[in-house]
Amino acid sequence: MSETLLEIRGLTITARSGGKTSTLVEDASLTLNRGEVLGLIGESGAGKSTLGLAAMGFARDGCRLARGSVVFDGQDLVKMPERRRRRLRGARVAYVAQSAAASFNPARTLLEQTIEAPLRHGLMTRAEAEREAIALYTRLRLPDPETIGRRYPHQVSGGQLQRAMTAMAMITRPDLIVFDEPTTALDVTTQVEVLAAIRDAVAELDTAAIYITHDLAVVAQMADRIMVMRHGKVVEEGETAALMSNPQADYTKSLWSVREFRAQTKPPSSAAPHVEARGIVATYGDAPVLHGVDLSIQPGRTLAVIGESGSGKSTLARVISGLLPAREGECRMHGEALPPSYRQRSREDLRRVQMIFQMADTALNPKIKVRDALGRALTRLMGLRGRAREERLHQLMREIDMDPAIHLDRYPGELSGGQKQRIAIARALAAEPEFLICDEVTSALDQVVAEEILRLLDRLQRERGLTMMFITHDIATVRALADDVVVMKDGHVVAAGQKDDVLDRPTDPYVRTLMESAPEMDPAWLDRLLASRAA
Amino acid sequence: MSGGLARMIAVRIGLGALTLLLISGLIFGAMGLLPGDVAEAILGQNRTPETVAALRTQLGLDQPAWSRYLDWIGGMLTGDFGKSLASGRPVADLIGGRLVNTLSLAAYAALISVPLSIALGILAALYRGRLADRGISIGALTAISMPDFFVAYVMIFLFAVTWGLLPSLAAVTPDAGLGEWLYRATLPALALTLATSAHMLRMTRASIVNVLASPYVEMAKLKGLTPSRVVVRHALPNALAPIINVVAVNLAFLIVGVVVVETVFVYPGLGQLLVDSVAARDVPVVQAACLIFAAAYVSLNLLADILAILTNPRLRTAR
Repeated sequence: MSETLLEIRGLTITARSGGKTSTLVEDASLTLNRGEVLGLIGESGAGKSTLGLAAMGFARDGCRLARGSVVFDGQDLVKMPERRRRRLRGARVAYVAQSAAASFNPARTLLEQTIEAPLRHGLMTRAEAEREAIALYTRLRLPDPETIGRRYPHQVSGGQLQRAMTAMAMITRPDLIVFDEPTTALDVTTQVEVLAAIRDAVAELDTAAIYITHDLAVVAQMADRIMVMRHGKVVEEGETAALMSNPQADYTKSLWSVREFRAQTKPPSSAAPHVEARGIVATYGDAPVLHGVDLSIQPGRTLAVIGESGSGKSTLARVISGLLPAREGECRMHGEALPPSYRQRSREDLRRVQMIFQMADTALNPKIKVRDALGRALTRLMGLRGRAREERLHQLMREIDMDPAIHLDRYPGELSGGQKQRIAIARALAAEPEFLICDEVTSALDQVVAEEILRLLDRLQRERGLTMMFITHDIATVRALADDVVVMKDGHVVAAGQKDDVLDRPTDPYVRTLMESAPEMDPAWLDRLLASRAA
Repeated sequence: MSGGLARMIAVRIGLGALTLLLISGLIFGAMGLLPGDVAEAILGQNRTPETVAALRTQLGLDQPAWSRYLDWIGGMLTGDFGKSLASGRPVADLIGGRLVNTLSLAAYAALISVPLSIALGILAALYRGRLADRGISIGALTAISMPDFFVAYVMIFLFAVTWGLLPSLAAVTPDAGLGEWLYRATLPALALTLATSAHMLRMTRASIVNVLASPYVEMAKLKGLTPSRVVVRHALPNALAPIINVVAVNLAFLIVGVVVVETVFVYPGLGQLLVDSVAARDVPVVQAACLIFAAAYVSLNLLADILAILTNPRLRTAR
């Protein structure tokens, strides 16, 4: 069956805000056959989601399908009246959103939401729809498929929600499903299960799909064909295997080579630890988060702390920085105990330990210019004023590869995501710290930008001899940057040691699962992994 | 229903009772601060030191404050509201009919204003930024910007004087039938509607607009649901908590804050009785009326809290 299901021709999508019109997608075309899976890849802001929604004839508030056509099964969705488009949505075309936690209505049960579309479109009776929902829950390997539908979204896990959302999309047997980053918000070990469940279900029901993601390794497992987008335009398109092995466009090549960065690993040393944590027990209220965590970092080395969300890695950073005083245990620097709370620490202690956060957007005050954000740190922690301060500001900006003449007088809102994270790094450096804690600093960034940040951090560490604690859930990042690794799970350290020992010769079963769950570029990776698990 | 939920509600009710007890102390203390002496006020021009002293003893005013407070609060708890100083009639008799009047007027006004303002709020949210939204918003802001007595007089001028549709005086008698009562109480109810709707309308609009931006509303649209179903089934349930709170505050205002409107329309409600009793230094009546107002406030807010908990499945169901 190679009959054309969806044909988008010369589609331009514009957005209006504050009287200005901007172009989100420009002159995009794509063809999708029945039962085919097309991977749509690119950085955030490339227009992937906008194009994906347009395949359903949908434009977000303030956006408009300005030119071109979206022909679904012979009918142009752009010209069609809204009433008829509504009849297709949720019946013949369906959507699976990035964050199932946010896309399920918190006030309704899963089952009510799953069967809503077929009931509203008059496709099934309630009894039929409920039976079908349970069948899909079973097919997508949800636990207790008979009863899980009676739960509210907050009562099931993120991975389960994502599968329930896939069931919700599939219940009407649509011809096309748009998957918009369905596994991006999940931990790697959960991601594998969801990917496998989605792929099997799509294949069995012979549904065509547009699979949107920024993760190459994931798209390689899921798609028959891949389309690369950048700045709202289609850069390149081709069969998965061909495009993976032989990309043509420069931009595609740069995307492909992102994961090649490797910092020079420092030889093992026997120096006394720079920073140590001993028997840290921490709680939020009465809820225990860390159960006796030990950790030590030697001077000038990078320790990566990996673990899934909820494993306690960010809490550990908060304990070391003094934001969350430990219940038990202590942190030491150069062998001397640090007071548990930042309130009791001297200004000198505070200066020596600096922290960079995941979201530069929320870490920088939007009403404060770059000059003042950095200047305050210089004045408060380094006592610099006037000319000396100005000179140091310029020096800092050059260190993070930004132009002091242009960027010092900007507000954070006028900078890109990567630039904001650079400013956050400069603010930490302004204090001339000895020890830098980076908490998921590249997780909110695109892969290309993330790599630039990793290179920057690596260079700064070597130039300044910084000791670094790098918190991440991404194993590729650990491979790129770390000297030593600590793996955390449920508030315990399950493995610790030099990078190669921990990652490549794992002894702990959890570390092994974690390692094999990290997607690889090889399109056969998922099949191999599932086969090896089944065996 | 989980045990945790029952406990949470029990705690709220306990806190409400405690609040009311504190308020009763405040009311009693405030009465003691009033200048002048009740006995002197009652006896007026003809008082002699002897008669004043005798009356004080008779009224129990020679007792220490804490003992009078305990007497009073004990009486309140057992349903004995005391006797009016001015007329000698039981306070319960004086207040009873007035309270019914006030509650009926509040209910009448609420029946108009709550559905009206929530419906208009939803409309404004649906058509946000468009003409309907602007019209509704401007109307609401105009209504809330004018003092209620002014609105009341404008309405009397228009409805009673110019068009002669409704009476300007709402002096209902206890034996009036429902039709007569509705005819007389409509103008005050409309004035109260104008005074309270804007607040509820704005909150409904803001709360729904907030929810309309959420991914699950987009999801509902992508399931091909009609706009009205998106709002009613998906947006409204999640926007309810703040709306319920504002509605409760406004219902409380309808009971407590109607003094001005009652006075303008000469409506025989509790507010007017309170004003008259303050002038007459009729302390037992004032205290009882204040406590009833406080109880209305506390219990409506308590109800709002509990309803807000019940609309939130995270709180309603165990994990």
